[in-house]
Amino acid sequence: MVVAESRSRAGEMPAHTAAKAEPEILTGAQIVCRSLEEEGVDTVFGYPGGAVIPLYDALPPANLHHVLTRFEQWAGMAAIGYARVTGKVGVCIATSGPGATNLVTSLAEAMLDSVPLVAITGQVMQPLIGRDGFQEVDITGISLPVTKHNYLVRRPEDLAPTLKEAFYLARSGRPGPILVDIPKDVFIATAPWSYPETTGRKSYQPNLVPNMRQVRLAADLIKEAKRPLIMAGHGIILSNAEEPFKDFVEKSGIPVIFTLLGLGALDEHHPLSLGMMGMHGHRAANRALDECDLLINFGARFDDRATGSLSGFAPNAKVIHVDIDPAEIGKNVPTDVPVVGDAGEALKLMTAEIEQREYPQWRHWIEGQHNRVLRAALEDRPDWPEPYAIIKTIADVTDGETILTTDVGQHQMWAAQRFGIRHGKRWVTSGGLGTMGFGLPSAIGAKMGQPDMEVWTVVGDGGFQMSGTELATAVQEGLDINIALINNGYLGMVRQWQDLFHARNYSEVAISGPDFVKLAEAYGATGIRVTKDSEIRPAIEKARSIKGPVLIDFVVEPEANVYPMVAPGAANSSMILDPHSATETEEK
Amino acid sequence: MEESHTLVLMVEDHPGVLNRVVSLMRRRSFNIDSITVGHSEQPGISRMTIQLRGEPNDIEQAGKQLYKLLEVVKVVDLTSEEALIRELVMVKVAAKGAVRAEVVQTASIYGARVLDATPNSLMIEMAGREDEIESFLAMMRVYGIREMVRSGKVALSRVVAPKRGHVDRITETTFAVAD
Repeated sequence: MVVAESRSRAGEMPAHTAAKAEPEILTGAQIVCRSLEEEGVDTVFGYPGGAVIPLYDALPPANLHHVLTRFEQWAGMAAIGYARVTGKVGVCIATSGPGATNLVTSLAEAMLDSVPLVAITGQVMQPLIGRDGFQEVDITGISLPVTKHNYLVRRPEDLAPTLKEAFYLARSGRPGPILVDIPKDVFIATAPWSYPETTGRKSYQPNLVPNMRQVRLAADLIKEAKRPLIMAGHGIILSNAEEPFKDFVEKSGIPVIFTLLGLGALDEHHPLSLGMMGMHGHRAANRALDECDLLINFGARFDDRATGSLSGFAPNAKVIHVDIDPAEIGKNVPTDVPVVGDAGEALKLMTAEIEQREYPQWRHWIEGQHNRVLRAALEDRPDWPEPYAIIKTIADVTDGETILTTDVGQHQMWAAQRFGIRHGKRWVTSGGLGTMGFGLPSAIGAKMGQPDMEVWTVVGDGGFQMSGTELATAVQEGLDINIALINNGYLGMVRQWQDLFHARNYSEVAISGPDFVKLAEAYGATGIRVTKDSEIRPAIEKARSIKGPVLIDFVVEPEANVYPMVAPGAANSSMILDPHSATETEEK
Repeated sequence: MEESHTLVLMVEDHPGVLNRVVSLMRRRSFNIDSITVGHSEQPGISRMTIQLRGEPNDIEQAGKQLYKLLEVVKVVDLTSEEALIRELVMVKVAAKGAVRAEVVQTASIYGARVLDATPNSLMIEMAGREDEIESFLAMMRVYGIREMVRSGKVALSRVVAPKRGHVDRITETTFAVAD
């Protein structure tokens, strides 16, 4: 009976198929690969493991370049580097359990810096979920506060719609990380292939075009202001609005200060640029904040490292805050005129509403605030390569046209202060999370995303020892990445805090390391050591001419500090300046 | 100054939504006094009523952060709207002998209803405003409350369709809310 029945069903099938052109039946793993292709993904960063073996089984025939990193966290950071320089969604893959938990820092990184990221994790077979199976963790639960949204996909037919929505959410509105957790049996099971053409939910409607009424209110404040100041944030770069921003700046005549991630929104060499604000901001930028009567924030979230003490932040200013995320309005700084919308849209509308102006007196006052006095040459100082000279030389030799990624710490601030970032999407640094180890993997991602561009990463000897294993990845991929290692034998930024605020109690900050030149060579990369100022330029020029990854070990003065510095919790106006400066141009 | 607010959330009825809401409130240090969840008039949409305390700015932040959750379709702050807020309480009160009649009589003043009885106790339910419930409970404490459960507050606006969008404090004069 049973045999006969199944035979008759089988007999009916072909006729049915022919009539309707049945969709292709694919495994869940194949559906994931096809969906990535549909989203225009060409490169993914990942690390295989038990739960994702079926996915890796489907990878080779797919039109996807997989970069095998040496640690899942760095796969996530590489995907972030890729996203930051291309504006596309970065994709990373990890297995269940430890693979997934290793991605958590990357998710938090993408969350805090609003980076479009889709993370795909394997999960144990569904019958094992909730039973503490081998390599099972509740990654959707764990990643809840560090993702824009996350999913656990239970059926293969849900994969394509979920991935479609995941990519849409990652890149739209305020970008962010989306995690898609896929049980192993869902990778293996099959479903008919079709990719949805549209996606979206009633409950998710980013405010893109600002309310004209708010735009006019903002224009009114700008018209009244005598000492206005623009604060440029990451939102300008995320919305590809460098051009409209430049138009607005030049028409309004208003000077610009930058958050750490806002660097690149306008060429820092522009006459209206005052450079970075905040804890290690330029003196003129922070003094201007103190004095301005109107602050116009485009796409920054008033992070505490940028604002310093809120009670002393821009004390005389009315505030216009342009942000795509309404929850950022009034979160930290009371706002007089909120403009909720995409930075690019807002800039275009606002430029049309304002008048061409100049502020000669205001700009003259700001000019007087620069800390012009260079660090005095200390007579007994050994001839260390000067960190600023390293940064300036890279900028000089590359004409500032390289992609520059950094790790986290003193070298990051030196780079932010002195490189002179010229374009958006060329400056990649870990802002909100401050993730040590970010430099090299983000450079790998950046080089994969922009293979024709020169890529430099500036790292410290602390952070580099967290992610230096990625040299193997860079060598395996044959990537031309130049690593400028600012090696001072200390966890320098913590040492600086201990120096300035903890009575020089250098607790656990002296850090040894390998012979970095030999280490680079052991990985099959090139190593160069620099111990004198005069060797900086030749080493940088040499590195540019060598194929494959090159590491320059700059052995610098152990106890150089980053100045100016605003003490944690202090107002931006109370900057600590370099005590070794010959003279100060202190006001009053 | 700290105020008590009643937020009503319309949320997609998916697994884990309550977790997302509560996790967000914990992460951002908002104080929940009570939270109730149940079906709404729309299929697939649940209604949450959250009673929370905080400075006006905190409440506004809570509303805006909640609105960012993908499953949250609508957030309304009913505090400043004309809304009816009710809670249900069930108590087991010690009541035997002569006291019994007195307990029943007191309960009837509050429009409370006796649900069950044992030789030594009465189970009584009462629904009403917070102040009515507090007053009722104060009276019942005189006799001795053996066990008690409160439902948490639920609220409905008296307006036929409360306006769509963020918490009511954020009006169209300050925000462009997609309608």
